[in-house]
Amino acid sequence: MTIEELEQIQESVRAESAKFDFEVNVCMDLACSSQGSDKLRDALVKAAEASGKKVLVRRTGCMGPCSSGPLVRVDPEETLYKHVTAGHAEAIVSSLGGEPVPALQCDLREHFDKQVRVVLENAGHIDPEKIDDYISREGYKALMTALMEMTPNGVIHRITESGLRGRGGGGYPTGLKWSTVSKAGGDMKYVVCNGDEGDPGAFMDRSVMEGDPHRVLEGMAIAAYAVGASKGFIYVRAEYPVAVARLTTAIREARRRGLLGSNIAGTTFSFDVEIRLGAGAFVCGEETALIASIEGKRGTPKPRPPYPAVSGLWGRPTLLNNVETYANVAPIVRNGGKWFANMGSERSKGTKVFALTGKIANTGLIEVPLGIKLWEIIDVIGGGVPDGHKLKAIQTGGPSGGCIPADMMDLGVSYDALMAAGSIMGSGGMIVMDDTSCMVNVARFFIEFCMTESCGKCIPCRAGTAQMYTLLTRICEGTATMDDLEMLEDLCSTVKEASLCGLGQTAPNPVLSTLKYFRNEYIEHIQHKRCLAGVCNIQAPVEVMA
Amino acid sequence: MSDPVEVKTLIIDEQEVSALRGQTILEVARENDIDIPTLCHLEGLSDVGACRLCLVEIKGSNKLLPACVATVYEGMEVRTNTERLKKHRRMILEMLFAERNHICAVCVSNGHCELQAMGQEQGLTHIRLPYRNPKLTLDASHERFTADHNRCILCMRCVRVCAEIEGAHVWDVMGRGINSVVITDLNDEWGKSTCTRCGKCVQVCPTGALFDKSKIGSDHPKYPDFLPNLKMMREAQ
Repeated sequence: MTIEELEQIQESVRAESAKFDFEVNVCMDLACSSQGSDKLRDALVKAAEASGKKVLVRRTGCMGPCSSGPLVRVDPEETLYKHVTAGHAEAIVSSLGGEPVPALQCDLREHFDKQVRVVLENAGHIDPEKIDDYISREGYKALMTALMEMTPNGVIHRITESGLRGRGGGGYPTGLKWSTVSKAGGDMKYVVCNGDEGDPGAFMDRSVMEGDPHRVLEGMAIAAYAVGASKGFIYVRAEYPVAVARLTTAIREARRRGLLGSNIAGTTFSFDVEIRLGAGAFVCGEETALIASIEGKRGTPKPRPPYPAVSGLWGRPTLLNNVETYANVAPIVRNGGKWFANMGSERSKGTKVFALTGKIANTGLIEVPLGIKLWEIIDVIGGGVPDGHKLKAIQTGGPSGGCIPADMMDLGVSYDALMAAGSIMGSGGMIVMDDTSCMVNVARFFIEFCMTESCGKCIPCRAGTAQMYTLLTRICEGTATMDDLEMLEDLCSTVKEASLCGLGQTAPNPVLSTLKYFRNEYIEHIQHKRCLAGVCNIQAPVEVMA
Repeated sequence: MSDPVEVKTLIIDEQEVSALRGQTILEVARENDIDIPTLCHLEGLSDVGACRLCLVEIKGSNKLLPACVATVYEGMEVRTNTERLKKHRRMILEMLFAERNHICAVCVSNGHCELQAMGQEQGLTHIRLPYRNPKLTLDASHERFTADHNRCILCMRCVRVCAEIEGAHVWDVMGRGINSVVITDLNDEWGKSTCTRCGKCVQVCPTGALFDKSKIGSDHPKYPDFLPNLKMMREAQ
C-alpha cells in the first residue's frame, strides 16, 4: 500500500458514489438498532429498489442525538429524520428530490452548531465495516504520512505540540507518555488500547469502536511507529459484542490491504493487532490490572512504579492509551499539532466526547471543544431539562467523579476546573440530574458500584467501600445518627488516601462532592428523617401508645 | 536510566540513613530499627502492597507510599509515624477487625496472632465501625490442616508462599471486593486438592485462619522465620 494506492481507492469510492443521486444513512448504533433500525434499513433498500431512483442506503455508526432515534440522514441535503420506523421508508424514498417529510424532520441545529467533531468526524458518515469508506475520508493517510515523511521523534513531537491529554480520565500528557515509552530500552515493546469502558452512563468508546474502528487501528499503528513497538492489543469488554465484531472485521480488512502486518507500505515497520476480551471487571480499566488481565492473570492492580511505560505487558515497555486518545492521533498527524492546540482551553486542548444522559432533552453522544461552559452543554446542546423540572446537578467522571451543583454551570469544562470543583473529567460520562434526584441516594448508588467492582486486593477499598455503603444505607433509611456521618467522612479520607489503585482512591469522590454541595440533604435525612426529593423510602417512626 | 551511584543517603524520621540503590524504604527502616507496621509483607515473599499499613509520607509529595514496595532515592525524606498515618492505620485495622469474625477468645492463635498484636501495638481499644458478621465457611477436609475463613484477612501470604516457594500454586483468590475468598485449586475442598501437605501456608498465615489440627485447643505459635533462610539456600543452589 502506498499513498498513490490510497488515493486510487478514494477515487474509486468517489466514482462509485457518483453513481447515486442520494445517500440515505441509517444509524445502526446500539440505541437506534435496539429500536429497529435494521428493519428500517431493509425497508429503505426495498423502497429504493421499487422507486427506481439512484439511492445508496448505508448503515453508519452513531450520529449523536440518541434520544431522537432511530435516525436517518439524507445526503447531499443533510436532512435529518428522527424516530423513523420501517413504515416511514416509502415516504422518505419518495420525498427524495423533492420536499423533505415534515413530520419526521429533526431540527437540532443548535445541538450540532456548538459541537466540533474531530473524533466523531466519520461517525454517522461511513459504513464501519468498509475500509474503503474510511479511506475515502482521508483514512490511513496520517499513517502513510508518518511512515513516509516523518521520523518517530517527529511524530512524538507533533503529539506533544498538540497538547493532547489522556482521554481515559487521568489526563496525563499523551506526548510525554509516548516519549517515555520510546526512550525505554528493549527490543520488544507493546501498544495497548484500553477499550474497557465501564463507567455507568458512558458509551463514548463503544461508539467510536463501533462507528469508526479503523480510526483506532490507525492511531495505534502511528503510536507503534513512534515508540518502536511491533505488537498491539485492544482490550475490549466482552459486553460490547458489536464493537468486537467491527474491530475484528477492521483488523482483517486492514491486514488484507497491507495496513497492518509485516513491512507496512514497503517500509521496515511491522505492526499487528490482536483483540483481548475483558471478563466483566470494572477494575480491569486500571492499567496495571488491564495488563495482568491480558497476560491471562487475575485482573488486580499492582503498585506503581514501575509504570507500564517501563515495565508493562510481560515486563516489556508498554504504551497504554484509551480508545478516544488513539482516535485523536490521525487527525493530529494529518493537520498538525498547532491545529489541535488551537482548540480548547489553556491546559486542556482539543475536543472531548461526552455521553450526555439523564434528565436532559437530547441524550446522546456529543463532541465539544474543551473550555465550553457547562450551561452551553446543558441548555443549548442538551436542550435543557425536560418536563418543567429544575436542574440540580451534573455528575461527571463516573464512579470516580463528583456532582457539580446547578449554580456552578458557568464552569468551563477542563481537566483542572473539574478537579478543582471536586469532580473529574473522567472518560466522558455526563449524567444530568434534576430535582427528582436525591443526592444521598446518588452517592449510595456510586459507592455500591465501587463496592461490587472492587477487586478485593487492598483493605481500604475492599472493606472501606462496603462500610461506606452500610452507613449511606442507614442515612437513606433514616436510621443514621450524626456520628455515622462523621464516621463516613473519616472513611472517605482513609479510602481516598490509603487505597492501592485509582478505583479506591477516587471511590469516595461522589460522597465527598455531594457532602460538599448538598450537605443539607444528608442532615435532613439524619435529623428530620426526610428525603427532600422523595426518593428514599424513610419509614415514619412508630408512635408507641401508652 | 543508568544511575552510577549505588549508595543513597536519605532521612527516615529525622534519622540519617544510608541505603543501596533499589532497596525499599521498609528494608532500610528495619535495618536501622525504625518500626513500620506491616501485615501482608513477609521477608522471603514478593511484596503486593495490599494491607496499606506500611504507608509512609514523603516530603514534597501529598501521596502516601507503601514502604514495602517504594524504593529509596537520594535525599528522600520519609516520615513513618505522623498523626495522619496513625489515623489511617487505626482505621485500616478497624476495617480488618470488622470485616470478618475475629473473636480472639476462642481463636487458636490467641496470643500468637499478628493481627491481634498489631491492634495492641496501635492502641486499638474498640471498633467504631459496624461489624459485618459475614457467614463464612470452615474447611476441615484436609487431614492435617484447617482453613477458617472467618479469621482470614486476605493478606495473600498463603497464595504467595505456595506459588513462589513451594511451587504448587494450590491457593488463589476467588470472587472480588468484599466477597473475595482464598480457595484451594478451583474451589475444591482443601483435602481433595493438589496440596503437597508441606504446611508452609499454615506457618506464614498471620492469624488463626490456617492452623494445624493437632494443635487445636493448645498453644499455637507459628514460625514464619524459616522463609528468608530457605529462600537464601534455594538461591545459592
